[in-house]
Amino acid sequence: MANISLGAEVVMPVEQRRGYWSSVVRRFLRNPVAVGCAVVLLALILAAIFAPYLDLADPYKGSMIKRLRPLGTDGFPLGTDEQGRDMLARLIYGGRLTLYIGLVPVVLAFFIGTALGVTAGYAGGFVNTLIMRVVDIFFAFPSVLLAIAISGALGAGIINSLVSLTIVFIPPITRVAESVTSSVRALDYVDAARASGAGAFTIVRVHVLGNVLGPVFVYATSLTSVCMILAAGLSFLGIGVKPPEPEWGLMLNTLRTAIYINPMIAALPGIMIFITSLCLNLLSDGLRSAMNVKD
Amino acid sequence: MLVYFLRRLLYVCPVALGVSIICFMLVHIAPGDPLTSVMAVDATAQEQAAMRAAYGLDKPLPTQYAIWLGKAVQGDLGKSIASGRPVADEVGRAVKNSLMLAFAASLLAFPIGTSLGFLAGYFRDSWVDRLVMSIAIAGVSLPNYWLGIVLVIIFSVTLGWLPAMGAGAGDWAWDLTHLSHLVLPAVTLAVVPIGIVARTMRALVGEIYSMDFVQALYAKGLEPLDVLRHVIRNVAPTGLSVMGIQLGYLLGGSILIETVFNWPGTGFLLSSAIFQRDLPLLQGTILVLALFFVVLNLAVDVAQAAIDPRIKRS
Repeated sequence: MANISLGAEVVMPVEQRRGYWSSVVRRFLRNPVAVGCAVVLLALILAAIFAPYLDLADPYKGSMIKRLRPLGTDGFPLGTDEQGRDMLARLIYGGRLTLYIGLVPVVLAFFIGTALGVTAGYAGGFVNTLIMRVVDIFFAFPSVLLAIAISGALGAGIINSLVSLTIVFIPPITRVAESVTSSVRALDYVDAARASGAGAFTIVRVHVLGNVLGPVFVYATSLTSVCMILAAGLSFLGIGVKPPEPEWGLMLNTLRTAIYINPMIAALPGIMIFITSLCLNLLSDGLRSAMNVKD
Repeated sequence: MLVYFLRRLLYVCPVALGVSIICFMLVHIAPGDPLTSVMAVDATAQEQAAMRAAYGLDKPLPTQYAIWLGKAVQGDLGKSIASGRPVADEVGRAVKNSLMLAFAASLLAFPIGTSLGFLAGYFRDSWVDRLVMSIAIAGVSLPNYWLGIVLVIIFSVTLGWLPAMGAGAGDWAWDLTHLSHLVLPAVTLAVVPIGIVARTMRALVGEIYSMDFVQALYAKGLEPLDVLRHVIRNVAPTGLSVMGIQLGYLLGGSILIETVFNWPGTGFLLSSAIFQRDLPLLQGTILVLALFFVVLNLAVDVAQAAIDPRIKRS
């Protein structure tokens, strides 16, 4: 406490006494773009979660006579779609599925890929070769192609989309986790821990994971926007979410016929996808610099 | 150089084999019987068994794989269930159109992405840098299938300047009608790689300009343009590999764009294979695209080694 009144030269030790996370939060809060994106994303997620309580129109109930009303129509602030359903309600409800299918695969792939990558990186030798060569094979497919191939073979459906997108994102996360683990493993303090008799599991849990999770987490956040665009893309192709569920990619597809009548309405779901993925990308960049992770 | 090439080739073989296993397994992870779409609804158990034997589906999986692979290396990818034509012919025709689109898109994306990235890396932390990075991040965040629709709304529906669908009547020809069909899909497809190439180039150029040898070159009295030549030589290997991979992504990732524009390429073939449950066609198309990507990666590695002697030695 005495430090405070002593002047500029002793400010440094005070800074250093801050924990890692509090300085990350501080650096993050100083980045207005990243904070803004976090707020927008939070609003989208909250709207998606609490959609049933928002006093919206029924997103499934159409009307033959009220089809493709323009923006600003009385009672339909964002107009209606090709079946006369309220666009505002469908866009908000659509966020539920799009965000769900866009985010869950990255979370699953983060856990599975980190486990595989840390195992490969720490074990080395044969285990490493086995895991990493299989990962190489999956890297031989461009991600869009792999997602479409697996989803196409499995057929449409929410679970199938989750499965195929998770498979797509496990290999890249494994590769990053493996390379970070390998470099951490070569550090002296890991040798010291091993020399003092710590078991492999303890070393990984106590000494390795703390250094690996940060970079892998930041990398995983950079995949969320790709995953969401891909998830909506699968629905757009008709091999993701099935109609009449509201989902941004699927809405984009079913509204394609409307581009000659009411182009603004047809473009709306895409604007939602664009805003969300832009925010995810900028948030990920903000996290990267706040957590001081280098590529 | 030859040793390096052979070593890379040796490394590619197991990957190619693994790719073929995944493509083969695609048919078998599919729910339901691969023959349901061709089999008569009232087929008796006997007829079903005969059909299965005719397609070789009664044998154990590893045997089926060996037979399939044996045929595949001879260029026989089986027959399309929906059309009855050989898969290899259908894929061959479609690949030509997809390659055309991918090359057109990369012809746009690589020069634009590279020059934007160079500008941003050179004028780091200036307004140029911020502008370029905003463009780049918007590019990678755009769902390009949506951009395609928007471009159609603007240039086909509203302005009526460019055709919205297809690749033009008949076979490809270098005339105005066919080229005009190419414009919108190529521009749409180019946006994501522009963003990616610009971001990578900026990081690379910025990193190299901050290296000691650049300072030394300036100290020696070299003109900025001569320094730039040295920087380009150092950026080239990594830049080349990023662009090579992007070209592969353009080819494999154009399915969504091809659907938007009804472009008669592999993406179009894939989506029709998916909806008609035409599994041999799905399998064959994906195998060809993935192997193309593998070969492309090999070519990029070798080219990289050819221009950067440090890689060969490692």
